[in-house]
Amino acid sequence: MYQTKYHKPASIDDAVAALAVAEDGKVLGGGQTLLPTMKQHLASPTDLVDVGGISGMADISVSDGCLTIGAGARHADVAASSVVRDAIPALACLAGGIGDPAVRSMGTIGGSVANNDPAADYPAAVLGLGATVVTNTREIAADDFFEGMFTTALEEDEIITAIKFPIPSSAGYSKFPNPASRYAMVGVFVANGGSGARVAVTGAGQDGVFRADSMESALSSNFSAGSLDGTSLDADGMMADIHGTAEYRAHLVSVVAKRAVTSAV
Amino acid sequence: MTQIKMTVNGKSATADVPDNTLLSEFLRENMRLTGTHVGCDTSQCGACVVHVDGRAVKSCTVLAASLEGADVTTIEGIANGKDLHPMQAAFKANHGLQCGFCTPGMIMSGIDMVNRYQAEGQALTAEAIRHELEGNICRCTGYHNIVKSIEDAADEMSGMAQAAE
Repeated sequence: MYQTKYHKPASIDDAVAALAVAEDGKVLGGGQTLLPTMKQHLASPTDLVDVGGISGMADISVSDGCLTIGAGARHADVAASSVVRDAIPALACLAGGIGDPAVRSMGTIGGSVANNDPAADYPAAVLGLGATVVTNTREIAADDFFEGMFTTALEEDEIITAIKFPIPSSAGYSKFPNPASRYAMVGVFVANGGSGARVAVTGAGQDGVFRADSMESALSSNFSAGSLDGTSLDADGMMADIHGTAEYRAHLVSVVAKRAVTSAV
Repeated sequence: MTQIKMTVNGKSATADVPDNTLLSEFLRENMRLTGTHVGCDTSQCGACVVHVDGRAVKSCTVLAASLEGADVTTIEGIANGKDLHPMQAAFKANHGLQCGFCTPGMIMSGIDMVNRYQAEGQALTAEAIRHELEGNICRCTGYHNIVKSIEDAADEMSGMAQAAE
């Protein structure tokens, strides 16, 4: 790893100030993606601004039909949280399936969402639940947040502070992990709420997480796995690599979407 | 450079370290605790797992500078004098290792999973152990004896927890 300067600010304002004066500063969440990337010399920020020391950043609470998870909440804490398990069990289940136990001890929801890895789990939940990404300056709707592989609406030096999830009547998540990397080859988050069903797909799209419109229409009229029988996704726009063709992934989305609906509670 | 002060295996440790020092490097090179192994450097193999504030973490994927005030336990810190920790004893009894390279991480992950399952009152089945070992790679044993070791140790640790109550 190249040399870097480590900062541990006690407040968001201090974190923003540290980023502002850094030549090439990066926010450090749990570090489970950023540090391996730095070790491989694929990233070499001059400064790392660790937001793990900011109080209140990992809080989890429910109010007015909305579950709010602080950006610093670790995957293990979200998975084990009785508040999350009661409000949106599928989200707790998703968090408990990210990486491995040691990664879940450190990795944070804010870090995962800001990184927008095309095969990460959390983006599917944020988009599938129609969540709102709260930053130090504004609130961004999930539909406007994810802009393509590793790309988001975040400005330079903008820091995610929390994610607000509207609590659906039911939701489910299912993924087909790559047998070696365990990242999602296809992961589908489905949610059934007041304004109809939402379906978000991770792992499969060339541009990262996306919504499956045809599946949303089918599930909005009848939220059951059988409703998806007639739907299919176009292979155009699907990722293709040594692990699977675009057609294979498109087919897998239908299979995994049905599993997600069946698992929904 | 950042000055850090943490507790390692119950003893206070203070050092000035470059900001890019990984916890695994700090443990092995500053503290000379070479039981923590570095197998992959890509955060996949789990040979470097230690406990930080009671949680299993990959020490190759944590900056030492971020651990001011933390309580770190390594494989060197779990035995009670000459008495092996039940997880160590179970790995010995069940032949849960061959070359031994992954063993420190397996044992630290094993203790962590038993603690978590027991705290939640959940049964740690052989299947659950296999899922929990997702982040620990062994290239020798085929895992059967590792799973058996952790199952045995879980029984032993459960008995100890009950005896302590």
